[in-house]
Amino acid sequence: MSLDTATVRRVAALARIRLEEEEVARVQGELNGILGWIEQLQAVNTDGIEPMSGGTPEGIAAMPLRDDVVTDGGQAAKILANAPDSEGEYFSVPKVVE
Amino acid sequence: MHPTDFTLAGAVAALEEGVISAEELTRAHVEAVEALNPRLNALITVTADQAMEAARASDARRKRGEAGPLEGIPLAIKDLFCTEGVQTTAGSKILEGFIPPYESTVTSQLKRDGAVFLGKANLDEFAMGSSNLTSAYGGVLNPWSRRNDPDARLVPGGSSGGSAAAVAARMALGATGTDTGGSIRQPAAFCGIAGIKPTYGRCSRFGIVAYASSLDQAGPFGRTVEDCAILLRSMAGFDPKDSTSADRPVPDFAAACGRSVKGLRIGVPREYHMDGMPAEIEKLWRQGLDWLREAGAEIVDISLPHARYALPTYYIVAPAEASSNLARYDGVRFGKRVAEPNSDLRDLYERTRAAGFGAEVRRRIMIGTYVLSAGYYDAYYLKAQKVRALIARDFREAWSKVDAILAPATPSAAFAEGENSDDPVQMYLNDVFTVTANLAGLPGLSVPAGLDPQGLPLGLQVLGRPFDEETVFAVGAALERAADFRALPGMRAGA
Repeated sequence: MSLDTATVRRVAALARIRLEEEEVARVQGELNGILGWIEQLQAVNTDGIEPMSGGTPEGIAAMPLRDDVVTDGGQAAKILANAPDSEGEYFSVPKVVE
Repeated sequence: MHPTDFTLAGAVAALEEGVISAEELTRAHVEAVEALNPRLNALITVTADQAMEAARASDARRKRGEAGPLEGIPLAIKDLFCTEGVQTTAGSKILEGFIPPYESTVTSQLKRDGAVFLGKANLDEFAMGSSNLTSAYGGVLNPWSRRNDPDARLVPGGSSGGSAAAVAARMALGATGTDTGGSIRQPAAFCGIAGIKPTYGRCSRFGIVAYASSLDQAGPFGRTVEDCAILLRSMAGFDPKDSTSADRPVPDFAAACGRSVKGLRIGVPREYHMDGMPAEIEKLWRQGLDWLREAGAEIVDISLPHARYALPTYYIVAPAEASSNLARYDGVRFGKRVAEPNSDLRDLYERTRAAGFGAEVRRRIMIGTYVLSAGYYDAYYLKAQKVRALIARDFREAWSKVDAILAPATPSAAFAEGENSDDPVQMYLNDVFTVTANLAGLPGLSVPAGLDPQGLPLGLQVLGRPFDEETVFAVGAALERAADFRALPGMRAGA
């Protein structure tokens, strides 16, 4: 399966990565090189195989559940300390609602 | 003897015996960092003053009889571990200036046990790479050089290239790394030191900048197998803050290094004999099997029929998880923001991420976005998860026949900057022997075992059953004893 330039632009938009027009052809070539290489997986017979969705080896205890209670909080200053822009106890972004 | 010549275990003993103080030991390493880091670029951030202060505090604790197992041991910390109050970049411009308000669980446990941090080690951006060349803070120079081409700038491997180079060059007694597809074992092999990726779940991932959450594991580097074992004991353990961390006891890994391998069955995966594999790698592998046979182990041929699909599987699973994990870098809550005066929110996101991420990171996010997108999910991501299940099943079947597996660590010795860089897929092939352990969640240890014709180190890799790092350490230590690897890199402290 080969990506056309429209798909490359759509994927970049979904990933929220600005793609300059002059980059499209190069990125298209790189992505198609990688996708062409991973295409070989289609040759593997996976009928009836359950997908492995986490990293925990089979037969090892599943992830534990904890009580659904608040365990942390009240640290607005710490959380905002690395923000590029903030006002009071809020992150600032360009206006989104007119 | 220069203090940087100690092994970590030797330094622990010397500190206990009062032969050296933590302050003297740390000062020697800080001086080594000052002398070598300008050339090697192994550390992005040097915390010399904090290190000296921590060393003095360590000496005071020892005096009070409160010495921990790593009391006064100077370490380098991969700059992927959040360290409270100390910049953590993940090798990316997008996190330049980010000062975590909290400490990762692994580093907090190392501190709890008395370790001293020299600084934050360079790495491929967001741990995505096999050369350390994708770092936004420049590449790291491998302290080794080719006999016939000493001016070639060799890479230390990646992604934990700065950690490996720092330990090899004796700037630190040990270091932390993370391994998602080989990022501890490949740089360990390229730099002639030991490094282990433990079982998935052995170390908490809390506070480690996430790349691919179902594959990422923290682990140590050391100049000996025992040094890795000592460090891993401090790094490992259950953490309620990481739901995938395993609630099971942490064994005395260092004690396992002394275990005999007599009677152990060592598997040799026939699929790992690959066309075009350099003769010296094949030869070292055979030598490793001979060493283990001489030590009383039984060598058993095994088959891992789906191992050949591990790399393409990885390059679906890891980018998919990365595209999700890296969605948080949006220029709003932390890190870099890039916007024009008239940018709307979406334009802010897109400009920030285009400017903040390097080319390899953008490439992997886009691959991940594509394989997860509507209409392609089943064909790529679900398919890869099923092949991953088959790869894990191959190993489970192997464990009924063998106790550990021996394989090469890498398909070559360290390469030079510029080699392997034209085609991303060519670079990905570096992880061909390591990536299976991440997909199956297994422990893997890289041990320096020999030199190639250019005088560069080569590593052997020991894989083990889930949570059986002890057997892995026993086999690794047996290889280390037999190999008696004494070669040293040209660039090192005290040289």
